[in-house]
Amino acid sequence: MTDRNSSLSPLDLETPEKPFLDANELVINMGPQHPATHGVLRVILRLDGEKVLGLECVIGYLHRGVEKIGEHRTYTMFNPYVDRMDYVAAVSNGLGYCETVEKLLNVEAPPRAQHVRVILTELNRIASHQLWLGTHALDIGAITPLFYTFRDREEILKIYEKYCGARLTTHAFRIGGLQYETYNGFEKEVKNFLDFFRPKIDEYEELLTTNRIWVERTKNIGVISGKDCIALGVTGPVLRASGVKWDLRRAQPYANYKDFDFDIPTGQNGDTYDRYLVRMAEMRQSVRIIQQAVDALPEGPIMAKVPKVMKPAAGEVYHSIEAPKGELGYFIVSDGSTQPYRVRVRPPSFVNLQALDVMCRGQLVADVIAVIGTLDIVLGEVDR
Amino acid sequence: MPTPVPWDSPLVAKLKSSYGSGIEALTYAGQNYMTVDRSMIPEILQVLRNEEQFDYCVDITAVHYPQREKQFEIVWVLYSFARNERMRVKTQIADGEGIASSIPLWPGANWLEREVFDMFGIKFDGHPDLKRILLPEGWKGHPLRKDYGILQQDNEWVQINLGIESGQ
Repeated sequence: MTDRNSSLSPLDLETPEKPFLDANELVINMGPQHPATHGVLRVILRLDGEKVLGLECVIGYLHRGVEKIGEHRTYTMFNPYVDRMDYVAAVSNGLGYCETVEKLLNVEAPPRAQHVRVILTELNRIASHQLWLGTHALDIGAITPLFYTFRDREEILKIYEKYCGARLTTHAFRIGGLQYETYNGFEKEVKNFLDFFRPKIDEYEELLTTNRIWVERTKNIGVISGKDCIALGVTGPVLRASGVKWDLRRAQPYANYKDFDFDIPTGQNGDTYDRYLVRMAEMRQSVRIIQQAVDALPEGPIMAKVPKVMKPAAGEVYHSIEAPKGELGYFIVSDGSTQPYRVRVRPPSFVNLQALDVMCRGQLVADVIAVIGTLDIVLGEVDR
Repeated sequence: MPTPVPWDSPLVAKLKSSYGSGIEALTYAGQNYMTVDRSMIPEILQVLRNEEQFDYCVDITAVHYPQREKQFEIVWVLYSFARNERMRVKTQIADGEGIASSIPLWPGANWLEREVFDMFGIKFDGHPDLKRILLPEGWKGHPLRKDYGILQQDNEWVQINLGIESGQ
């Protein structure tokens, strides 16, 4: 059935048949309660000395049945639930959900709402990358970046708090636009943040980019090719670091991303170091996007005309956005009632985590920690 | 009220000419999808992947319609990097019927198929390791079926494994 000669032929994921208990082989269990697994992820490692022969992920510890809950809530009531999946990028989750329901309802948020959405979502991308950088560096042994990134992330959370009252699970958007008009001084504070943050990225880079220990721990670690990424469905910064210039904001623009000028940073080697560089460059691009959005913030209404009781016509829609971790998709089936008939979330972390096995084979145990960090998974989203 | 309109494209014409009338291609809300007879699924997916460059399997999921004769609808969301095009392939199967695994085409289908199995109890023939992924292994029932209540749990599992009377 497969065409092995094609350049797109699937991965060979099979391992040679070996007896389970080989005297040279050690099976150890990492997690679910392990500080470096970024949540409750259990990894069963098969080791030959320090070398990883293969691994299996055991997930589901945080499973809350979000998709089932969605079938039992109205479209509006389900909106806050999506924030709890990727809880460090709640705004992106909300954007994806609201846009999908808007597609079902055949409405579009007004321009001002679109701009504010882009500003908040890109701020969220920065916040998510900051959290990733701090914890990833901490895992590898650099403690300082954590303090720097959390100090600066606080400024973003302050903007969120002032805007909608919440810092983490923000529920910032509503189906059809925004619930709240921006507060007095919103534009100024966002601009101040951008001016404050630009030199901070340099500061992070000063700590790490040429740091000998950092480079040794990340270069040529967890290498994955662009071809393998595509075969496994891996998206986001991991895909781009492997040299595939693909970003949904460009490939299939949503919100009003087509109005903004930005670059898609890519890497070449597909290793942990390149993924670090790509995410750093993405933060700079996010700053660029926010600057353009806030400079051109139009006046006008913030809500489209949507009915109080939403009953989208029977039909189904798949819509996806470029979340900080990769392609976040929603597949919603409507039967014409007030509640979705089926809500499916296509989480980037879940699909990306599948690549962990491929990326860790042949590496050392200590590198597994680095690779889990570089995949930037959030277990709330993996397990839903 | 918007309704699906036929989806005309060279791709659809080509598939229809080689596979006949078992394909229904429609567009809804600007999104293309085709409903394919279950028996043709392995071939159609293979053609889409190998000849039409749909090299990225975005998602595999299912929807349960208990009132239908063929209760489950399986959905593949596909994307082609070369064409920058997205489409969905759907098929209907009855309860207890299986469907060919698409891991040979897209290795990333592994976990997605396991999740569909876990949540709906749909078997993917040829899957190398078809077991539950989000729920614990000994759990009984498939929660995303419509006849599974939102508060329902496998009480026996909870009592044995957690040592409590009920998870509620």
